[in-house]
Amino acid sequence: MKRYSAFAIAREAFRQHKGWDRAWGNPEPKKEYDVIIIGAGGHGLATAYYLGKNFGITNVAVIEKGWLGGGNTGRNTTIIRSNYLQDPSAAIYEKARGLYENLSQDLNYNIMFSPRGVLMLAQTEHEVRGYKRTAQANSLQGVTTEFIGPQKVKQICPIMNIDGPRYPVLGGLWQARGGTARHDAVAWGYARACSDMGMHILQKTEVTGVTQEGGDVTGVETSRGHIGCKKLGIVVAGNSGVVADMAGFRLPIESVPLQALVSEPIKPCMDIVVMANTVHGYMSQSDKGEMVIGGGTDAFNGYHQRGSFHHLEETVRALVETFPMIARLKMLRHWGGIVDVTGDRSPILSKTPLGNCFINSGWGTGGFKAIPGSGWGFAELMAKGHSPLTAEFGLDRFREGRFIDESVAAGVAH
Amino acid sequence: MLTFNCPCCGLDKDETELGYGGQAHLKRFGPGSDDADFEDYMFNRINPKGVHFERWRCASGCGKWFHAARCTMTMEVFGTYAAQTFEPPQSIKDAITAKRPGWSWGNFK
Repeated sequence: MKRYSAFAIAREAFRQHKGWDRAWGNPEPKKEYDVIIIGAGGHGLATAYYLGKNFGITNVAVIEKGWLGGGNTGRNTTIIRSNYLQDPSAAIYEKARGLYENLSQDLNYNIMFSPRGVLMLAQTEHEVRGYKRTAQANSLQGVTTEFIGPQKVKQICPIMNIDGPRYPVLGGLWQARGGTARHDAVAWGYARACSDMGMHILQKTEVTGVTQEGGDVTGVETSRGHIGCKKLGIVVAGNSGVVADMAGFRLPIESVPLQALVSEPIKPCMDIVVMANTVHGYMSQSDKGEMVIGGGTDAFNGYHQRGSFHHLEETVRALVETFPMIARLKMLRHWGGIVDVTGDRSPILSKTPLGNCFINSGWGTGGFKAIPGSGWGFAELMAKGHSPLTAEFGLDRFREGRFIDESVAAGVAH
Repeated sequence: MLTFNCPCCGLDKDETELGYGGQAHLKRFGPGSDDADFEDYMFNRINPKGVHFERWRCASGCGKWFHAARCTMTMEVFGTYAAQTFEPPQSIKDAITAKRPGWSWGNFK
């Protein structure tokens, strides 16, 4: 792999940019791999990357039915934070946030990590108490957050109306080291690094079945024929139930659409990420100047990547009160992605009823922020059979009642 | 917008007037059942991409629960039927077969 650098740009400038390699290969599938990962999104590619980097396992294929990073990795609102209440959540999300800090250097690919700070607004007394509790929990977990009052909120984010009649701002949970990153670049960077290690990224290859023998997975049926494997990782956010059905087990997961929208670009007006969980809305400003707005999930199962319109209306109606200056913005694009939701709103990184089959799913509405930590832990789980990062996130927690209850802790948006 | 006809009051209701009750036709396992059955009943779901049987409540109408058959990909509603059934009536199954030949859901087809 030719490294990207200022020197490389200068060198290529002198030869009409003819020396750039393709960022990742487009190989024909082999008959068999040591490890197959289904799903070339952020989590799947990160898993493959850390399998190679940390465990030297490079005979790996990442199989993707569409194009890499074309699912939820390309549809989220790019927020990165780790201010969770429960210890196992804080551990994996903080691991991810820490890895994001140096990911551009690690991958030699600019993922544009911007630690601009994430503010979760407290707009009810309940939220004030909840976020104070979270701030205390975070200080015990080694995650730097603080509860700030409304005047500090106004100082950090001057465009906010803090004394709205319906949704007054009573304070907020401030994580100064949270932020955003370029979501596509995260997938592209991991893909380039995986390809460089000799891994195969098989795009436009749809998995149609999971072949097994005596309770162990032997491979997958795909639209390009059968591909054998010694270990299988299912990392298909949104479609986890569909692939689990092929493998013959059920999951404690329901799939629902989550929506987002962006406005026309405007001049810089907000240099932090604001989340308002009471009103199911969150907003940041992209480098292009668009206001990126995330909404709530549908209340019922769905695989249509649109979502119900009334959720958007509720989100925008509430945000307009808190940010009066966005009232006249035109919205440019609106889309939905399908998210896996578990009962306790925590992910599943687990062994499965099949011997050598592992699943990474259930990230619900907040998987992007976890990509490096999820890949790190899931790679360790796949390579060694256990990982301290994923130990609490097993499927057996539902049977045993050991929930990692972030639904109570976080309310809604993740 | 998703619209259902409530089989109890006969009115067409859209999703904002209804409450969602999740997967229908669950076999209930209570105290005394074994862990695997209880886990399956409590947590595990079919979560299909396609035909789905589910429970809805006519929350801002007559207040009654009812069953619906819907496609989770296209949001098409195949029909609604009474809550007091363990299995979708044949007319609903036929309506689905007309649009989705070869469908199956759990033990139903």
